Amino acid sequence: MTEGIGVVGLYVHDQDGALDFYVGKLGFQVHTDARNGNYRWLTVKHPNQPSFELGLFLPQEPVLDAVTAHTMREMVAKGAMPPLVLVVDDCRAAYDKLRAKGVEFIQEPIARFGGVDANFRDPSGNAWKMIEARS
Amino acid sequence: MGQADQSRIVADAAKARYWNVSMAGQDPALLRRLLRAKDRMDAASEEDWPVERLANVSGVSEAHFARSFKEAFGVPPHRYLLTRRIERAKALLRDTDAPIIEIAFQTGWNSLGTFGRVFRDVTGKSPSELRAREQASAHQLDQVPHCFVSAAYRPGLKIAVSEKRRRKAGDRTDPEETEVPK
Repeated sequence: MTEGIGVVGLYVHDQDGALDFYVGKLGFQVHTDARNGNYRWLTVKHPNQPSFELGLFLPQEPVLDAVTAHTMREMVAKGAMPPLVLVVDDCRAAYDKLRAKGVEFIQEPIARFGGVDANFRDPSGNAWKMIEARS
Repeated sequence: MGQADQSRIVADAAKARYWNVSMAGQDPALLRRLLRAKDRMDAASEEDWPVERLANVSGVSEAHFARSFKEAFGVPPHRYLLTRRIERAKALLRDTDAPIIEIAFQTGWNSLGTFGRVFRDVTGKSPSELRAREQASAHQLDQVPHCFVSAAYRPGLKIAVSEKRRRKAGDRTDPEETEVPK
């Protein structure tokens, strides 16, 4: 299969911090880290999904104008960006492991609707729902 | 906030001035801390959230907190808390058979009377009316993650409950009640 979604990007307030979070804490891997002047194309991938890249992008000039870039940083920090879902085998085990690494959980694991889910945020404010796959 | 962030904001602001554009925005680092207070209310809306406690979570003064929170999220902190409590009460009325008094205490009210009054002011129905209506209609939301379903049930509260009450009563005097919990 060659067709499909390749990259979906997030806005982050600091790419070094995002790299530390997504790779150092969540266990993702760096896919591409390319710089050109101030601009840095940074994407990570989940170990089980080598062909899907999650972009960790800075809202910045010249891609955005200065005012829009600032607005985007505000939106991210207010938690206004769209939802993200991470699927795990064991939500409680993942919660314990990630919390020990300093991940900021905003909802403890709750069992409901036949599954278990918890919520955390990345350092920028992007919210992830962590869902245990239904067996 | 790192030095790079700071210098970027300064540079952005300078450019905005140059282009004569207003940067009326808030500092993203402050917003992230205000979001933390909002998250804490979301996680435990049944708890008491005096402004001092919220301000502590965000690391700002009480006066600064109330003002900044409203600017960031459009509603005063206490009213936001109220919408979360009502939302949760609605879900419990819909999804469980728990007695209404139990739901009132579980969602942070100290008296059944206050709960019933505020609930009706906000939703237009009494808790038992809402339960009867919701339970009568089928729901097909099991495919949608819980938080989004929950958000869909959140009441819109663009004006204060006291103001809503007054408008209903045809009384237009200025609200005096503060919405910031003391």
